[in-house]
Amino acid sequence: MISPSRFWSELKRRNFRFFSGVPCSILTEVLAALPEDDEITYVPAVREDVALGVASGAYFAGKPSGILIQNSGLGNIVNPLTSFSLMYEIPVLLFITWRGYQGQDAPEHILMGDMMFEFLDLMGVPHSVIDDGDFESSLDHAVDFMGACMKPFAIIVKKGAIG
Amino acid sequence: MTRADAIGAILDNLEANDLALFTTGMISREAHAALDRSSNFYMIGSMGLLSAIGLGLALNRSDRRVVVVEGDGSALMSLGTFPLVATEAPSNYTHVVLDNESYESTGNQPTISSRVDITRHAEASGYAAAVRATGLETFAQTFIQHRASSGPTFLLAKVGGRASQGIARIEMTPTELRDRFLGAVMDERGKS
Repeated sequence: MISPSRFWSELKRRNFRFFSGVPCSILTEVLAALPEDDEITYVPAVREDVALGVASGAYFAGKPSGILIQNSGLGNIVNPLTSFSLMYEIPVLLFITWRGYQGQDAPEHILMGDMMFEFLDLMGVPHSVIDDGDFESSLDHAVDFMGACMKPFAIIVKKGAIG
Repeated sequence: MTRADAIGAILDNLEANDLALFTTGMISREAHAALDRSSNFYMIGSMGLLSAIGLGLALNRSDRRVVVVEGDGSALMSLGTFPLVATEAPSNYTHVVLDNESYESTGNQPTISSRVDITRHAEASGYAAAVRATGLETFAQTFIQHRASSGPTFLLAKVGGRASQGIARIEMTPTELRDRFLGAVMDERGKS
């Protein structure tokens, strides 16, 4: 399991210090660690599209940035992704939790849990599912990709991956 | 006042250093036609997203004034961003809504803003100031005041008159717009 302190310190090591997002129970521990970390700025957005907008504004200020959202909010960022991020080529790191994994979850999560990768593939947003063993290498890959291709990259977080 | 008058008043009263973001549609096209500057950002897609982008920018560049100019349709799409701006409270954030009570770019369909007081929403959200200006002179004076004061501030003008005709489309590509604006943000001298 990736500890919250490892999660944030690996991001800081790669100069990611500005985040926005909408909570998910899978992210409870990483979000709980934020008040103790004065190097990270986190804007608690009212919706996932707003989070992506706020993070993109940070990009314009020259700050690498990311969002943390639940996959149920993936639908809310389809417009800003297709009509802003992918069009203007604004790279923002997307942490997206995987509710509905293997159909084992509350009813409202089953459909999106099943189709989220198809959504991302259709939009041309690359993704990788992180776990304890490959967190750092996944981050490196994501950062390299965003620098080279100027597109967002989605890091998928399953229940129990961070905590 | 017409929307072009209001946009003119904004552009006339920006400092060279100011970062000005214009929303999708006619507002971007009119601003571009009136006074193009490298520190203008023109939004092409994602109507309603601009005020959030401006927030992220303002929080990270507290040394620069960030002016967000959008229409009533765009503001109504992003009413939730208002309280977020007010809560994060960047003092360098100046929010302007040019309200013509219609979706002009798509054929003048009415919005609901004739029945909804967006200024009161800004006030209730907690902006440091929220003003509805009537008349170009008052609008220009209030903008000058807001631009120089500690924000976030909100200014709305009801704009009318004929729909703008023959305003050129912006020819720059999205990535050209991005790179030019990035350059203006990074330019410490801030000259446009």
